[in-house]
Amino acid sequence: MTYIAKPKLRHPGIPVNRLGFTHRDYEGSISTLCAGCGHDSISFALIQACFELNIEPHRVAKLSGIGCSSKTPDYLLGQSHGFNSVHGRMPSVLTGANLANRELMYLGISGDGDSASIGLGQFIHCVRRGVNMVYITENNGVYGLTKGQFSATADRGSKSKAGGFNADSPLDLVSMALMVGATFVGRSFSGDKAQMVPLIMAAMSHPGPAFIDIVSPCVAFNNHAGSTKAYDFVRAHNEAVNRLDIMEPREAIKVEYAPGTTEEVALHDGSTLKLAKLAADYDPFDKVGALNYLQARAAEGELVTGLIYMDSAPKDMHANLNTVAAPLNRLSKAELCPGSKGLDAFNASHR
Amino acid sequence: MPQVKSVNDFVVKFANVNGSGSASANEMFARSILRMGVPVTSRNIFPSNIQGLPTWYEVRVSGHGWLGRRGGVDLMVAMNPQTWDKDVASIDAGGYLFYDSSRPVPPSKFRDDINIVRMPLTEICNARYSDPRQRQLFKNIIYIGALAQLLGIELGVLEKLIGEQYKGKDALIAPNHQALHMGHGYAHDNLSNLCGLRIERANEVGTRIFVSGNDAAGLGCVYGGATVAAWYPITPSTSVAEAFGKHCRKYRVDADTAKNKFAIVQSEDEISAIGTVIGACWNGARAFTATSGPGISLMQEFLGLAYFAEIPAVIIDVQRGGPSTGMPTRTQQADLLICAYASHGDTKHVLLLPEDPRELFEFCAQSFDLAERLQTPVFVLEDLDIGMNDWLCEPFQWDDSRTYDRGKVMTAEELEAGKTFGRYLDVDGDAIPYRTLPGTHPTKGAYFTRGSSRDRFAKYSEEGPVYQDNMQRLLRKFDTARSLVPAPVITHARADGKTRHAAIYFGSTAPAMREALAALKADGVELDTMRLRAFPFPESVTDFINAYDQIFLVEQNRDAQMRSLLVNECGIDPARFVSVLHFDGTPITARFIIAAIAERLSLSSQEAAE
Repeated sequence: MTYIAKPKLRHPGIPVNRLGFTHRDYEGSISTLCAGCGHDSISFALIQACFELNIEPHRVAKLSGIGCSSKTPDYLLGQSHGFNSVHGRMPSVLTGANLANRELMYLGISGDGDSASIGLGQFIHCVRRGVNMVYITENNGVYGLTKGQFSATADRGSKSKAGGFNADSPLDLVSMALMVGATFVGRSFSGDKAQMVPLIMAAMSHPGPAFIDIVSPCVAFNNHAGSTKAYDFVRAHNEAVNRLDIMEPREAIKVEYAPGTTEEVALHDGSTLKLAKLAADYDPFDKVGALNYLQARAAEGELVTGLIYMDSAPKDMHANLNTVAAPLNRLSKAELCPGSKGLDAFNASHR
Repeated sequence: MPQVKSVNDFVVKFANVNGSGSASANEMFARSILRMGVPVTSRNIFPSNIQGLPTWYEVRVSGHGWLGRRGGVDLMVAMNPQTWDKDVASIDAGGYLFYDSSRPVPPSKFRDDINIVRMPLTEICNARYSDPRQRQLFKNIIYIGALAQLLGIELGVLEKLIGEQYKGKDALIAPNHQALHMGHGYAHDNLSNLCGLRIERANEVGTRIFVSGNDAAGLGCVYGGATVAAWYPITPSTSVAEAFGKHCRKYRVDADTAKNKFAIVQSEDEISAIGTVIGACWNGARAFTATSGPGISLMQEFLGLAYFAEIPAVIIDVQRGGPSTGMPTRTQQADLLICAYASHGDTKHVLLLPEDPRELFEFCAQSFDLAERLQTPVFVLEDLDIGMNDWLCEPFQWDDSRTYDRGKVMTAEELEAGKTFGRYLDVDGDAIPYRTLPGTHPTKGAYFTRGSSRDRFAKYSEEGPVYQDNMQRLLRKFDTARSLVPAPVITHARADGKTRHAAIYFGSTAPAMREALAALKADGVELDTMRLRAFPFPESVTDFINAYDQIFLVEQNRDAQMRSLLVNECGIDPARFVSVLHFDGTPITARFIIAAIAERLSLSSQEAAE
């Protein structure tokens, strides 16, 4: 990590987005993670995505659990409220926050220890409930802060830095998210910014439970030969099924179907997702096909990345609960309290 | 044969088989007495089971208005062969045993000091009904009809209750009326003058209502402005969440859009439930969870976070018998310590201790004001006795001029005007800082909430003095809470000066305690009393205790947990307390309290004589 703060000087030519914000306006505190940590690249991609999407920083709430990944919300969106909660329990806190105010964007940042081990239950149930959020796991297969133990996403047969051998089967959060109802599922690699940024942007434009698993090598404890989450290994085994591009809202939205070339999909915020298919036989709108494809490629030792699945008509938890359009935290006493009149009826019916 | 003779003052106990449909018939029985203007209180003693295990329903009839359990049984309605011996043994001498005499019972199974009332219920049912389900359900109504005749309950009152119960399912009314009359007719022809217990019309109920605590708690949360509830099913708290849902569907659905002004999440476990409550409260909604002891155990880590990060939360704990699974369908007051000091590290939490459904309604509504004012978890500690039984209590009241205290939330306007925002800064001297809600202002007031140590401006810090500064402020904040929570209720037995001994009690012990105090007074034992209503203890609690040499402390747990709390927090010599502890899982009775206090007093007077 560095401890030298960036100067606050602003070059007059620095790009600003439609809201007049610069890239710096989306940054947070200085990262305390190790130099070269994949997580910092993900933070940068998140900052870039928010900048590109012209998101007002204060309209985002960032939530996390405990661990290296869960520290990162502090390192981005300094004008957003953040909540570094309890190990493995961010999903329930995010669920509550979302229930209280449906108007904000909820960004859940977690890791493989936080979401696949201690918090697996909360992760699954939060997705099941259809919470409208962008949920990112910064997946390095290892416990960083406690110095290098295997996590539940470590592949069977992978070796730890200290020489240990992982005999347990790995959990695949992407397949699990698909199975339990995530309506946007992607996977990426922290070393591939060109893929990450538009994928995050698409997830942020998606009004439902969006999940992205980002393989993010741990330079301190899991970047050696024999690790399947090392930079070199992931570069060699990464099979991107598509490339995305997000375009600003425009009037006419065309959707082309030409396998092997590009496809354009209207997103709910009015922008357009341009999808370049790299695997001709891959359809990200076919959930069953996606699950099969993931299994088939995993059996070949390949890591499928890109937009894995998207439901173009998602429903979220608030739709399921039929809540009012106004945020629940803004309802007044007059709207909430039935008053003495209501009690008269209650009392009368209990005699 | 001696006969217990009593008008409007006796105990009827029904011994039934769980799942036989007896509960609603028995409740109708209790309600019919109320409708005749005679106070009753009822207690369901039920197993952790859906069908087959024994269940009891105890009705205390008290023209004097004593609403606790008295102890003992005057009339046993023995409908369960499984528990026959125990049920027969529990009847007071001279009392009555009413049973189904369709099958012969050997003479050795009776007692010669009780009165036997035989009715061939199964025979009557089988002769009249062919459908097995009808035989079962109408049997309950038939015995209610017979009891009405035996005790002098007006048939018209029961008919009206049946009409109310089956409103909208009118086809069921006439057959139920017929069954009622069948039982009444049989008793009239065959059982007249067998029973010395009578109900006589009175005017002692007034405007009081008959309501369960969990129903009241759910309603209190609606009135308190809760919009988010997250919960996991657990006896005996499940009906709190269900009642909240019921009342919300009645009062909280927008008339124009048919959309809900509430959200209820059935969580995957109690950890998730409290996490969701904390997330919602952090984001400015009023949220609560309802649980019982095992749930409180699971929530510990999150409760520490809410304490340390200063996030409001309301937890309704319907206490049951612990530890572990313990006695899930029995009552206790055994979660005091785990709630008061929930989570690792140095913590202290606010507890509210309601005495009955009315106060529970009030405390639930008030708990949200306290939680937001103090920015900390608030526990409403009720128990199975209050929660799952119908209690006769004063009608609920609401002052329409009352406003919600949303606590110190800094607004966008205040931030814009340049007001200094430090999330953990004590600006007002009451140790309560200001908070901002997510999404308030584009460039001001954002902060990072964390369970790790931080400075007054919410910046991460592991500096010893910074950590201590914060922990000391949290302690001062708890001092502020002392003046905000409900004060104890203190009563003096004499107009002139104090008594020699005093008694302290709290929660569901209240009605049995009142009856015990009156009985002790009749025997010449006068006690000043203090009913605790909250933790932290207001100053008046210590003052009261210091005024007496010896104080009876009545609790429904084994370890005298309230005593620990008082000793620890008020610095009182433990020898000053004489514990009266009832923890067999049944609600404490007046007789138990009277016996314990009388015995102790006679012991101490003997000691004094020696």
